[in-house]
Amino acid sequence: MAVAYLDHAASTPMHPEVVDAMAGFFEGCYANPTGAHRMARDARRATDDARDILAEALGARPGEIVFCGSGTEADNLAIFGAAASGAVVCSAVEHPAVLRPVEQLGGRIVGVDRDGMLDLEALAAALDGDVRLVSVMLANNETGVVWSLEEVAEVMARHAPGALLHTDAVQAFPWLDVANRAAPADLVSVSAHKFGGPKGVGALVVRDGVELQAQIVGGGQEAERRGGTPNVAGIVGMGRAAQVTVARRAEVVERVGGLRDRLADGLRDADGGVTESGVQPASGTGAPVDRSAKVAGSCHLCFEGVESEALLFLAERDGVYASAASSCASGAEHPSHVLAAMGYPRSLARGSLRLSLGAASSEADVETALAVLPPAIAQLRRAVA
Amino acid sequence: MQVLAAMSGGVDSSVAAALLAQDGHEVVGVTMKLWGGPSDTGCCSVSDVIDARRVADALGIDHHVFNFGEDFSARVVGPYVADHAAGRTPNPCVECNRHIKFDRLLRRAEALGFDAVATGHHARVVRRSDGIRRLARGTDAAKDQSYVLYMLSQEALARVLLPVGHITKGRVRALAGDLGLRTAAKPDSVDVCFIRRGARREFLADRLETTPATVVDTGGRRLGEVPAVQLVTLGQRKGLGVGGLEQPVYVVDADVAAGVVTVGDRGDLLSDHQDVRDVTWAAEPAQGPVLVQTSAHGAPRPATLDGTRVRWRAPQRRVAPGQSVVFYEGPEVLGGGIAA
Repeated sequence: MAVAYLDHAASTPMHPEVVDAMAGFFEGCYANPTGAHRMARDARRATDDARDILAEALGARPGEIVFCGSGTEADNLAIFGAAASGAVVCSAVEHPAVLRPVEQLGGRIVGVDRDGMLDLEALAAALDGDVRLVSVMLANNETGVVWSLEEVAEVMARHAPGALLHTDAVQAFPWLDVANRAAPADLVSVSAHKFGGPKGVGALVVRDGVELQAQIVGGGQEAERRGGTPNVAGIVGMGRAAQVTVARRAEVVERVGGLRDRLADGLRDADGGVTESGVQPASGTGAPVDRSAKVAGSCHLCFEGVESEALLFLAERDGVYASAASSCASGAEHPSHVLAAMGYPRSLARGSLRLSLGAASSEADVETALAVLPPAIAQLRRAVA
Repeated sequence: MQVLAAMSGGVDSSVAAALLAQDGHEVVGVTMKLWGGPSDTGCCSVSDVIDARRVADALGIDHHVFNFGEDFSARVVGPYVADHAAGRTPNPCVECNRHIKFDRLLRRAEALGFDAVATGHHARVVRRSDGIRRLARGTDAAKDQSYVLYMLSQEALARVLLPVGHITKGRVRALAGDLGLRTAAKPDSVDVCFIRRGARREFLADRLETTPATVVDTGGRRLGEVPAVQLVTLGQRKGLGVGGLEQPVYVVDADVAAGVVTVGDRGDLLSDHQDVRDVTWAAEPAQGPVLVQTSAHGAPRPATLDGTRVRWRAPQRRVAPGQSVVFYEGPEVLGGGIAA
């Protein structure tokens, strides 16, 4: 059975170059990079090389890169580390790695519109001199909708001039020139496994001059900002993955964007009850669809009257691996807070399907999905009727 | 057959799935995520899901998690709270079986193309010569769960498999041990799965407005006061704040609206009949002589069904409104309803 992996927003296969680059640091060069001998210096050099690559890819200086254990840790470090005092603000559609910390700190939550765009007036209203940090994502993990940080920074300059801007660029990095797009941000989070690197490595850009309280305190690694022996192989892998991603990004965006359009158009043509998030028009067939507000790999659809849990079950049985909204520790699907914030009724949000393509996606994946999903949707609609 | 096996992470449903897989059925395990609130027991904690998943791994079958949390809140927890607010004593396991396990899950399984749903309940499905199916008591009398499954219709009975209903609990545990299943020695679940053990009062106080009530005897004499009339159950003996009486007293009436709890002696609880509402039948409605069971592990008593009125052969204690009243013919369930 052909398998179509369409869950790249959850995780991606590692680039072969990444696997090769990491191999030497499991057996050959296994020293702790903070050590004082040759093998330690070799490890140190490898992590510094990766740091240089990440810095360039993210538009930062090498000393501004803090390697850590995940995108979630990077987000937590930014919010708890930079906003220990003062109010925090974030959007209602942030990843839980941002939303939960902001909620814990009693922060303010700013809404979005039906298309998933940030409500800048509401943002302005939420800002005042007490605000220490604003966290808004660059690209959304469910809908793929991209925001302009320049617009956010402008609003902040008027209403909370002293506040820091953090962006979760975890979903953006495979598709967007983050160095440019995140330039207005003081803090930027990324995660290696979303762009062909290994799981268990993330990085936070902390611009020079930003005061940051370490959340994991220990041996002073990462310039006192994140204790713990660095994950050398992981960091090397992250560097190599960033290099490969940036080098191929334009080609991947062009090619995968075309695949995504075929997939989304095909599913819209096959079923009348589809709403596609973050695009114009959101439903209907025939007219050309403008998907320019989204990253190229994102295809996010809601099927009225279909339950995504059931749809995912049938899709998996026939070789299509996808997801709905976020999953919890037990593996259960949860109602999407993103679609709720966008004002989608539960009946529609309950039928959400996130098909996320990646650099490794192919024509064959799209063919498989277009062969499998429409009959599965039809089967579930028949069962309801 | 393609069978969807509901796996709670307990030993009974583990063995149910194992027996079906051994028999050569195509089995997929599913754990229902029903409740996200704090609870240290029951059906949907993360560790129970892990147990179910690891048992499925050991059996070599796929395992999924279905989130029916919204339905569970709307159809089980909400009515549970509302019933208490109205002074009734609900049985949420019955409503979960009625609305979630044998409706929501059954419909989901059907939509996905499964032929049957299996659970680890101790009860049996029997088929009579005329083709009618009935639910019958499980082989292990002490573990029989037919009482909480009285609502199963012909349609449901045709699609439900209860593989451990034919074996004793001891045998279930022995089989789990033989198969090396990690749930072999796991304690049985008790109490209401969505409420922490011993925290019913706290759970309800967070969700409904409790009001005090005057406790009086059958002559109307004031004996004391209880802080929450909504938590008082017909037949209750303890926690009434009327200690020191010569004879034990029982709640014989709890009037939420009037704020009055009436207590009396054992005899005041007895009645020669019991009215039942929302009656459902396994097949054709029954009338005339039946056996009637009014609690999960209570003894069946002979009675005559007269419309929706149970006329006891000998007077019985009145059943707390909201509890289930189940009609049997021998070991087989005819139907049942809710005590009015």
